[in-house]
Amino acid sequence: MAAEHAPNATEYIVHHLTHLNSLGGAKQSGLVDLSVIHIDTLFWSISLGLFGVLLLAWAAQKATSGVPSRFQAAVEILVEMVESQSKSIVHGDRSFIAPVALTVFVWIFFMNAMDLLPLDVLPNIWSWMFGMAGHDPHHAFMRTVPTADLNATLGMSMGVLMLCIFYSIKIKGLGGWIHELFTAPFGNHPLLYPFNFAMQMIEFVAKTLSHGMRLYGNMYAGELIFMLIALMGAAWAGTASGALLWIGGVFAGTVWSIFHILIITLQAFIFMMLTLVYIGQAHETH
Amino acid sequence: MNLNATLIAQLVVFLILAWFTMKFVWPPIMKALDERRSQIADGLAAADKAKTDLSHAGKKAGEELRLARESAAEFRSGAERQAAKLIEDARNEGALIVKAARDAAQAEAGLASQKAKEALREHVAALAVAGAERILRKEINAQVHAELLTQLKAEL
Repeated sequence: MAAEHAPNATEYIVHHLTHLNSLGGAKQSGLVDLSVIHIDTLFWSISLGLFGVLLLAWAAQKATSGVPSRFQAAVEILVEMVESQSKSIVHGDRSFIAPVALTVFVWIFFMNAMDLLPLDVLPNIWSWMFGMAGHDPHHAFMRTVPTADLNATLGMSMGVLMLCIFYSIKIKGLGGWIHELFTAPFGNHPLLYPFNFAMQMIEFVAKTLSHGMRLYGNMYAGELIFMLIALMGAAWAGTASGALLWIGGVFAGTVWSIFHILIITLQAFIFMMLTLVYIGQAHETH
Repeated sequence: MNLNATLIAQLVVFLILAWFTMKFVWPPIMKALDERRSQIADGLAAADKAKTDLSHAGKKAGEELRLARESAAEFRSGAERQAAKLIEDARNEGALIVKAARDAAQAEAGLASQKAKEALREHVAALAVAGAERILRKEINAQVHAELLTQLKAEL
């Protein structure tokens, strides 16, 4: 199969960066097209989300106040970390916000961790299944890291934006929130209302975009580097330079994977912290 | 980088997962944590209480020991006194018994010597009479001189 047409580097990367969408892998025409959906992103994010929350729920069902098992203790460490962070950032009722932060952390951690699986394993399984089903395996697209899809990260950051607006209205009242939109940050003067409002809108957009883009950018770049490393490994061709590249690929893959352990955890943590910070800001009155 | 309906779906999934966590994950874990915290607090309080109880008990035991020692000393001195008294009594009684025995022995010895003297006197008298009888045979009538002999016997 591969022998008849070995992809060159560009084809390999483009293939790996193409989503399995509702158009069958065809490129969507506009920047925004709400009739299209990324099946692979949704499949992996929902699967990993369910895996994460069911794992936590399993720990929660077995939780005892007595001597905890190691698994329970690990989940408790996580929960207490999230609880203490949310307590220090959000002042108010945290009965939903703290679980949101926990969900965000665990979910994003698992989605990011998909990057650590060998790059070609799941796409190859998928193209094998696709071929068995009688389709052209060259058109079997599969991206396994949902957080390397801007739709996923922006979806989550917009969810956080919605929570911010919800809590703003809940804490300050609808009138209070609208009042704040027009009077903060510059002051309460009719001449300043347009500038205040503009600043507030810019703030909301910037917060949400940077929130989603930060995670997406990190994971997308990380995935791209894994692809380049995989290309180095694929350069094995019985030649001296090919062998050297292969050794370099093993070395770089090891180093980047180890470094990526830090990145996936850190990005999940940053996303969680920013979620708490933004919702915490919604609790503060100017 | 294309935006599409995936974004909306992801947003909905996000809210559903967060709701699920709030409903089924967070409360049991926090409950377990809080319960364990109160258990640990209770345990620490109990340990504190046990420590003060222990020091109380130690003090009490020391006091008891002191009292026991004192009463034992009292007992011992009483016993010693009693023993001394017993020994004294026994000694006195023994002395009395010895004295009584000595008296009895002396009385008996006096009686025996008296008896022996009597017997000796009788013997001497008889010997004297026998001697005199040998000397004065024939001429002296025993019946005549019996009065004389009795007088002589009494003088011995």
